[in-house]
Amino acid sequence: MTTQTPVADDAARLAAFEARIAADESIEPKDWMPERYRSQLIRMMSQHAHSEVVGMLPEGNWITRAPSLRRKMILLAKVQDEGGHGLYIYCGTETLGVDRQELVQQLLDGKAKYSSIFNYPTLSWADIGAIGWLVDGAAIVNQTMLAKASYGPYARAMVRICKEENFHKKQGYEFMVTLARGTPAQKAMAQESLNRWWWPSLMMFGPHDADSPNSDELKKWGVKRKSNDELRQRFVNLTIAQVKAIDLTVPDPDLRYDEASGDWITGPIDWDEFWRVVKGHGPCNSERLGARRKAHDEGRWVRDAAMAYAEKQQRNNRETTERQQ
Amino acid sequence: MYADAETSWPLWEVFTQGTDGAPHQHAGSLHATSAEHALQNARDVYARRNEAVNLWVVPSAAITGSTPEDMGPFFDPAHDKAYRHPQFYKVPKGVKVF
Repeated sequence: MTTQTPVADDAARLAAFEARIAADESIEPKDWMPERYRSQLIRMMSQHAHSEVVGMLPEGNWITRAPSLRRKMILLAKVQDEGGHGLYIYCGTETLGVDRQELVQQLLDGKAKYSSIFNYPTLSWADIGAIGWLVDGAAIVNQTMLAKASYGPYARAMVRICKEENFHKKQGYEFMVTLARGTPAQKAMAQESLNRWWWPSLMMFGPHDADSPNSDELKKWGVKRKSNDELRQRFVNLTIAQVKAIDLTVPDPDLRYDEASGDWITGPIDWDEFWRVVKGHGPCNSERLGARRKAHDEGRWVRDAAMAYAEKQQRNNRETTERQQ
Repeated sequence: MYADAETSWPLWEVFTQGTDGAPHQHAGSLHATSAEHALQNARDVYARRNEAVNLWVVPSAAITGSTPEDMGPFFDPAHDKAYRHPQFYKVPKGVKVF
């Protein structure tokens, strides 16, 4: 018989856990995991879920102003998808032992982070195309990697989301192609929108690797398989070809092609702006939170009614059973 | 705190049958007040693109699962019974058994 101290026991469990990660095994909700793995996942997944939910706001804004029924149906379907994505990831996060209500509350209280991109305003109709193309395009690059994350429920949610995001991105690019090949005014509108969304899209991948405190740990545990800079580079390489194909330009005088690596190298990113927006001083931070709170408040009667109806049904069922006895 | 905390609706597990004749597979979970409500939400959350011809919703609390610690002993009995597989058996070359 061996007697192990709790510390030795934990060290053995950690070693076994890390061996599973190294063997590319999937970690499931009931498996033992280091507390730090659990808390990092809760942080990352809840921020991701919040981003999907807040992401509905800049686009929802344009549903009633879509210029055709076709575009309106597309936008409605896309916004509904974003709500669904939020639900998939909230449910995935709940498997780690946290209640959805608690996460929603953190968002409403302004304590939770979400992707900074949604704190920029959608000023023109072209922005709806640019968001699908660039913002969803950047999200797919990130989420394709996360579909191989070590935590099973997160990875499975990402597989589902990636399939749906492909429609988001493709409709966005088609939208921009249409504008870019339209009248000079339409083309100018597409260019103006690209000018505003280009840099914030690159910032979506987060700080440079050297300044990203969580990255190493997330990579060590197989949650992230690539670094922020690697993902950003992949997005830039993919997108520049698409920009050129429709004869638009990105607002970066330093952009150059590097023959040796085959990469498009961008000029410096304005990280001061990034941190300003992350810390709550972006153009729309308070507007987004206000809209989310309003929607939550105005939906309360629906939630109350559903609850009251379920209780009434249960009461009726009980009474029927009692009468039959 | 911004608003009064509300009680969470019960959690349900959703199973989707992709095509007629296929088995139901776990798709994910959701919150709903009743079975009927859970079915409607499941349709909107997990079957927006014809992913299902049939749905099951089950209260999460009603599911009993084996635990990861069971991995060894619980499934052990199946590990040493190669004779349950056709590959275990040798027959003369050239004879068609199936």
